[in-house]
Amino acid sequence: MWSDRINWADIGTALSQTLTMVGISLLLTVLIGLPLGILLFVTGKGQPFARPLGYGALSFVLNIIRSVPFIILLIVLMPVTVLITGTSLGIRGVIFPLVVGTAPFFARLVETALREVDRGVIEASLAMGASPIQTIFRAVLPEALPGLIAAVTVTAIVLVDYTAMSGAIGGGGLGDLAIRYGYHRFQTEIMLVCVVILILLVQLIQASGNSLVTRFTRR
Amino acid sequence: MIRLDAVTKSFTSRQGAAPALHGIDLSVGEGEIFGIIGASGAGKSTLVRLINLLERPTSGDVSIAGRRVTDLTGRDLHALRRSIGMVFQHFNLLSGRTVARNVAYPLELAGQLTKAQIAEKVAALLARVGLSDHAGKYPRQLSGGQKQRVGIARALANDPKVLLCDEATSALDPQTTGQVLDLLQEINRDLGVTIVMITHEMEVIRRACDRVAVLEKGRVVEEGPVTSVFLHPAHPVTRALVREAEGDAALVATDAAPGLHLRLTFTGAGAHQPLLGRIARDFGVDFAILGGRVGHIRTTPFAQFSIALTGGNGSAAMTALRAAGVTVEVIEGAAPTFAPARVERQFHVV
Ligand SMILES: Nc1ncnc2c1ncn2[C@@H]1O[C@H](COP(=O)(O)OP(=O)(O)OP(=O)(O)O)[C@@H](O)[C@H]1O
Ligand SMILES: [Mg+2]
Repeated sequence: MWSDRINWADIGTALSQTLTMVGISLLLTVLIGLPLGILLFVTGKGQPFARPLGYGALSFVLNIIRSVPFIILLIVLMPVTVLITGTSLGIRGVIFPLVVGTAPFFARLVETALREVDRGVIEASLAMGASPIQTIFRAVLPEALPGLIAAVTVTAIVLVDYTAMSGAIGGGGLGDLAIRYGYHRFQTEIMLVCVVILILLVQLIQASGNSLVTRFTRR
Repeated sequence: MIRLDAVTKSFTSRQGAAPALHGIDLSVGEGEIFGIIGASGAGKSTLVRLINLLERPTSGDVSIAGRRVTDLTGRDLHALRRSIGMVFQHFNLLSGRTVARNVAYPLELAGQLTKAQIAEKVAALLARVGLSDHAGKYPRQLSGGQKQRVGIARALANDPKVLLCDEATSALDPQTTGQVLDLLQEINRDLGVTIVMITHEMEVIRRACDRVAVLEKGRVVEEGPVTSVFLHPAHPVTRALVREAEGDAALVATDAAPGLHLRLTFTGAGAHQPLLGRIARDFGVDFAILGGRVGHIRTTPFAQFSIALTGGNGSAAMTALRAAGVTVEVIEGAAPTFAPARVERQFHVV
């Protein structure tokens, strides 16, 4: 039987590593990317705190990070990673580069989602005596909720992809397993199983994201 | 209640400064429903947004209730805006909040009431606008008229002294427009709220406003009580707006018909007196009706006819008409503009 050659315990461990990496880095990405996205939005053109220079600078830095391919970012960031977490290996070593790689992407998605909010709603909120900060937290963010959920969904899927890639430099998880067995030891079955699990994972994330978006869309 | 003194507003863009308003002087009395009418791009929205300082004037001053507010910032500005409600053409409701929570929004911002007090106030506001049964619905589940009622309830939440309506009925069908205008008048009457109403339709002004300013290209070209601006429009822009609402016959200037051309305007109870026949008998005059209109300005009935008077004692007839409270204007001979047949078809009774 082909499945006899697969060590299911290894796959279980790898899956839980992937889930941990995706989970933790998604949380950190949202925590860092959301404020950045809000900052991009409010400093952007025609907004309450429009600051062309600040916006330009932030935008420029985020674009630079976004234009470096993730696999290169992984390698470039290794010294910093070691400084921060003490290692560049395993789950601990990979979360920092994952967050650096996805937070700018997520921040852009947040900016776009906030820009989708009807200007009239913002104007109405200000006309009712809301401060710009109240307007952002009580009107803009809640109105953008479906868009923000969609942004988190897309980012989670990108993270699944990136964790698999980080397997190449010993990050652990399903990607690591697939590369070690499938590429280095020619055990194609394991690679296949890993890929199938990744596919299912992505489908699951997308489906849950979609259903949440639908649930919170009141338009 | 509201005063604009020599207010100008320019928008700066890459092409340079584009003036949107030039030296506007306006004063809106307390408890008044003041209309501002003009074509698209005339500067109506800019003007009304100056009142709650959503736009800052480039020069000039804005005063509310005798207080100069032009330079208010921060908390003072937010407090001022809470005392001025605003209603929008496209409602601008929060789509993620229910009707009740939309109305609660300004109360939450003000942060002066407890949850229970807010709930109570929201219920009262929804009852006032007739939406008690829809409190739990989301805006997308409502019709346009219902959405605007939510917008009005929300604008009233902080007990404002002033209500600004920027094309509040322009997205609604005629019947719903009528209902929303009735509601606004009721609010004006019951709560004494001063209302500034922006519109591009003379019909809205006629039905709801006490006074009106006509805006064209950022300037007030005519201003006065609706009874006089609507019945005796002087500026070409105003005349065009009246004609658009009332048909060509409303202001027919003159005609090929022989005789002395007069425009007779009856307002108030006089509009219903059987005066013309009596005058014709008493002074031996005949008249042909060249055009006219009959209706109400808010609740005041009016009738206005352009007539050609022939035979008998014309000037005595005019004196008698004036004595009976009719406004009589002699129409100076201009080129005939409308054929009588068309004029008669336009004649209508409201
Ligand atoms: N934020 C802005 N920046 C630049 N120009 C503006 C801005 N707001 C308005 N304008 C310009 O000012 C002029 C008046 O616009 P405004 O919106 O006040 O007109 P309006 O009478 O309300 O028209 P409408 O009936 O179409 O709503 C227009 O020429 C418009 O292009
Ligand atoms: Mg406008």
